[in-house]
Amino acid sequence: MGARISVQGLTMTYGSHTVVDDVSFTVEPGEFFGLLGPNGAGKTTALEMIEGLRKPVAGTVDIDGHDPWKREPALQRRIGVQLQASSFFERLTAVEQLQTFGAIYGVGKARIADLLEEVGLSDKADSQVEKLSGGQKQRLSIACALVHDPEIVFLDEPTAALDPQARRNLWDVLRGINDAGRTVMLTTHYMEEAEILCDRVAIIDSGRLLEMDTPQALIRGLDVPTRIALAPDAARLDDLRTIPGVEVATADDGGLQLETHDPAAVLAELARREALEGLSVSKGTLEDVFLHLTGREYRA
Amino acid sequence: MTETDRAPRPLRALTIAMFKGFVRDRMTLFWAVVFPLMFLVLFGGIFTDQGASRAEVLVVGDVALIDDLPDEAREGIEEALEITRSDDLDDAVERVRKGDADAVLTQDGDEVVVQYSQADQVTAAQVQGTLRAIVQETNTAVYQGQTGEAPRFALSTEQVEDDSLKAIQYVTPSLLGWAVAMSATFGAAVNLVVWRKNGLLRRLRLAPIRTSSVVLARVGVSLVVALIQAAIFIGLGVFAFGLQLSGWWFLAVPLLLAGTLSFLSIGMLAGSVSKTDEGAVGLANFVVLPMAFLSGSFFPLDGAPGWLQAVSQALPLRHLNDGMLDVMVRGEGPGAIVLPILILLGFTVVLAAIAARLFRWDA
Ligand SMILES: Nc1ncnc2c1ncn2[C@@H]1O[C@H](COP(=O)(O)OP(=O)(O)OP(=O)(O)O)[C@@H](O)[C@H]1O
Ligand SMILES: [Mg+2]
Repeated sequence: MGARISVQGLTMTYGSHTVVDDVSFTVEPGEFFGLLGPNGAGKTTALEMIEGLRKPVAGTVDIDGHDPWKREPALQRRIGVQLQASSFFERLTAVEQLQTFGAIYGVGKARIADLLEEVGLSDKADSQVEKLSGGQKQRLSIACALVHDPEIVFLDEPTAALDPQARRNLWDVLRGINDAGRTVMLTTHYMEEAEILCDRVAIIDSGRLLEMDTPQALIRGLDVPTRIALAPDAARLDDLRTIPGVEVATADDGGLQLETHDPAAVLAELARREALEGLSVSKGTLEDVFLHLTGREYRA
Repeated sequence: MTETDRAPRPLRALTIAMFKGFVRDRMTLFWAVVFPLMFLVLFGGIFTDQGASRAEVLVVGDVALIDDLPDEAREGIEEALEITRSDDLDDAVERVRKGDADAVLTQDGDEVVVQYSQADQVTAAQVQGTLRAIVQETNTAVYQGQTGEAPRFALSTEQVEDDSLKAIQYVTPSLLGWAVAMSATFGAAVNLVVWRKNGLLRRLRLAPIRTSSVVLARVGVSLVVALIQAAIFIGLGVFAFGLQLSGWWFLAVPLLLAGTLSFLSIGMLAGSVSKTDEGAVGLANFVVLPMAFLSGSFFPLDGAPGWLQAVSQALPLRHLNDGMLDVMVRGEGPGAIVLPILILLGFTVVLAAIAARLFRWDA
């Protein structure tokens, strides 16, 4: 079986402003695919053209042989969508939302309790949406996208505006969706999120697709140094600078930072000097990839 | 899929979701349903109190029954009836028709004739009852005094076709028209704007249902709400304020349904051009309130200048009110609803076509 989603030369303009510029990629069945980019990059516009909500100015979208813009019910029943703005029936409870969406997709109530359990909202089943927190709304919105057990799920910034803990909890939910065999396409402006969740990531900026690969390959492709962080009083900055292999050493309120291309030697020397307090080591991240690709800091 | 796990039809589910959203919204519920009801209670209360006053009877020409009464008997009667003399029979009947007086009393030989208006049946009964008692007592007195003579007076009654209606008779259908106009217009306008603003319209666009299902669900909700309002208004009118319904009153139902459709299309129009729900409410108010005044929902238009009456013909609520007054309290039959319903449906078609043109899925 070939690609589940195939996008060719996708383009969108508003007036003279091209917000999605000749974007092409394919998504395989069961893949977790991420569109990563800063605010205004064109992620939502691209995703909504793929969902069939906006008509591309140029280019084609193909989902299992269907053109989503035709909005065929047969295709729509296989697709679950979560739009960027949570869209609910006002003043209905969580259960009622799911029942209504379920009925619209022609499925009964059997899965609703399980679904609420899955997104961790069992105790909010009878709360009206207006009384849910931001994170709870996001989770309910995802549950609404899953109510008819779709094969393909589109999620537009599902973890936006969540605190780090809530974001981590939601990642588990999203991973579960994909582990169940579904193809998931997600947009995000969190590098870390794309790195942790996605099988492949497409980095877009100003409407253009800059790079696309697995997060590991993207990072490996860069010649970025390893960063070593230490507690503020683990060592003296001047002493650290004398260690062979250390290229940069800086200090700030959070502690001491080293950069090196030879982490093994540097770590061994730190251990010999008993200067490992508060140690953490990180290889490059997608943020470095973005910096490398655009020449500017990532501004999520 | 088990028997208990059959999915409700999409249209039904949407309708239920919309209905719940409507009745759980206290503000809309207050303005669209409770507020008009307060007017009914207010008007009904004021005019029911007035109804307890003496009935005004116009006596035209020589009526021996009244003229020959002894003074004590006369005083007793005047507690129940306010008796006024009049020289002009036509003028007197006209005053009854207009509701300025309750009955005209004349005497033709030994026959005493009461002409009364059906507009206020309670007063009409009071007048007839009192007069019947007087006739009977007078007859008895005469019979006892002058043995052998047959009863002298006979009472006959005639109904005067009335133009006027007692307050509750008038305000129940007219305020009901206003109430339905409010709930249908507000409901549709707010619903449309809220769903567009929160993205639900776009979300539903990606769901396997037709656009018409969304519209039909709204129509269903508004029709049900209109029928509930009618039940409350008519029930309160009849049981609390002595509203007298005429025979074909239930023809108000098709009228109300047609009216609801035209107000829905006004609401859709307001919702299509408004960006915020506050804006939609403001616009709906801006349309419905003047329309209610000009359609005679709060007071009759009889005294209004001709041009105002002409303007009011251009308003759907005017035709709904006219039709409902005809069948609910003026005793008219099926013929009276045909034209209003056709006009209301005409409004619906035109307004809905404009609303469809201005409709937007996106904010
Ligand atoms: N309906 C529209 N009319 C005009 N311009 C639009 C419209 N929708 C989006 N844009 C513009 O297109 C660009 C891309 O917007 P888009 O919403 O796709 O970005 P995004 O990557 O999803 O951003 P975010 O992370 O903030 O959600 C932006 O510059 C935006 O202003
Ligand atoms: Mg976006």
